[in-house]
Amino acid sequence: MKAVTNYVKSLFLFELLKGMKLTGKYFFRKKFTVLYPEQKAPVSPRFRGLHAQRRYPNGEERCIACKLCEAVCPALAITIEAEPREDGQRRTTRYDIDLFKCIFCGFCEESCPVDAIVETRLYEYHFESREGSVINKQKLLENGERFEEQIAADRAAQAQYR
Amino acid sequence: MIESMIALWESLPVIVQILVKIVVIVVPLMIAVAYYTWLERRVIGAMQVRIGPNRVGFFGFKLQGLGQPIADAMKLMFKEIVIPTRANPFLFVIAPMLTLGPALAAWAVFPFDENLVLADINAGLLYILALTSLAVYGVIIAGWSSNSKYAFLGAMRSAAQIVSYEIAMGFALVGVLVAAGSLNLGDIVQAQAGSAVHWFWLPLFPLFMVYMIAGVAETNRAPFDVAEGESEIVAGFHVEYSGMTFAAFFLAEYANMILISALTALMFWGGWLSPFEGTFFQQYFEWVPGIVWLLAKTFVFMVLLLWFRATFPRYRYDQIMRLGWKVFIPITIVWILVVGLAVVYEMPWWFD
Repeated sequence: MKAVTNYVKSLFLFELLKGMKLTGKYFFRKKFTVLYPEQKAPVSPRFRGLHAQRRYPNGEERCIACKLCEAVCPALAITIEAEPREDGQRRTTRYDIDLFKCIFCGFCEESCPVDAIVETRLYEYHFESREGSVINKQKLLENGERFEEQIAADRAAQAQYR
Repeated sequence: MIESMIALWESLPVIVQILVKIVVIVVPLMIAVAYYTWLERRVIGAMQVRIGPNRVGFFGFKLQGLGQPIADAMKLMFKEIVIPTRANPFLFVIAPMLTLGPALAAWAVFPFDENLVLADINAGLLYILALTSLAVYGVIIAGWSSNSKYAFLGAMRSAAQIVSYEIAMGFALVGVLVAAGSLNLGDIVQAQAGSAVHWFWLPLFPLFMVYMIAGVAETNRAPFDVAEGESEIVAGFHVEYSGMTFAAFFLAEYANMILISALTALMFWGGWLSPFEGTFFQQYFEWVPGIVWLLAKTFVFMVLLLWFRATFPRYRYDQIMRLGWKVFIPITIVWILVVGLAVVYEMPWWFD
């Protein structure tokens, strides 16, 4: 008996019509597509985008050249050279991140004892030359100045989880 | 004014007249093919809850992506035609033409309206069957001459599939010609005159279903697209093709889809006949030309083909063969007997 009902069901394409009813319903469903340049998907405060270096409110740069980020970086994207400054403080003379090597894992940010290196929400950027992928300390500090407000707000929002 | 134009037309040599008529059929067909690809991407996109191409437009207006097919065509035209090493160059180049040629030539006997047909021949149905069968040569030659394993596999699958479904499709059309008593496509439509229930879809319903599904298989469309099978054999018989040669295969596939839809409308859904014939509404729709009804019916089946593709997963190869040989052919043979008896004993409503 079951074989007969199955045979009749398959002969009259019952299941196929059910499938077409489903896709037909989805045809009129509201679409999920985000029309990218005009609309943008929401970004989490934990988003790991382009890197930046922060300064203290008094203008002093945070980085103390401990090289923890360089050590933890799984992609070996960070290169740091350090020397004492005139006032005897330990500072970086060179802080390069190769964005082609970087995998945006966020370990550098996690390892930083002074919250100097951070990853911002910025994900729309480009390079126009091969060397452009390596961003130096000056560029990182510039990024930090540009996004300081957003960075500070995101860090504050996440503080209770860290 | 009109008389002088008719006089001018008739003073032209016959060959020029025929060429002009061919252009009048082929140019709208090619535009329809281009926009069918756009429609396919939009419809399938909508069924997958996304939007589909909506950016490329004309003169800075996006127009829901209506410029996309034109842009695609331009791109394909300017791309290099790569001929693989140790391929057979002559067959390699001629295969797309062998596929596209029959797909376009079949339209010669297609009646768009009463008396609106390029070649009103009496063996129209046979001509269509013959030309749709010819398309398989293009596929086989393409697969063989590419000198590629995947292309060859695709060609073999496609050949077996098309040959199998040809039989079921042919039998379905035998049912139609038994019911209509003519091989002339115009006469087949005239035989359906009366009202929407006089159309052949009702007395020939099983044949209509078989024809529709066999048509999908004939055109190598999902869910019968094992000949292409992009997830198993890359793109099947046309892996090695690029640029305009690839575009020719593409055009042929979509032209064939339109042809199958149009033939379904013609043979089972009353062609250019008004669906309101014989009802109260008939007088309000007298002014609509028959070709509009034909195009509307064709469009419905064209969308149906896209709907199939968006819904069904690909058939397994042995199941395709089982369906073709063990299901469709018995159904059609039984129903041809039924139709034959109905015609002989002049069953009321349809065959009296």
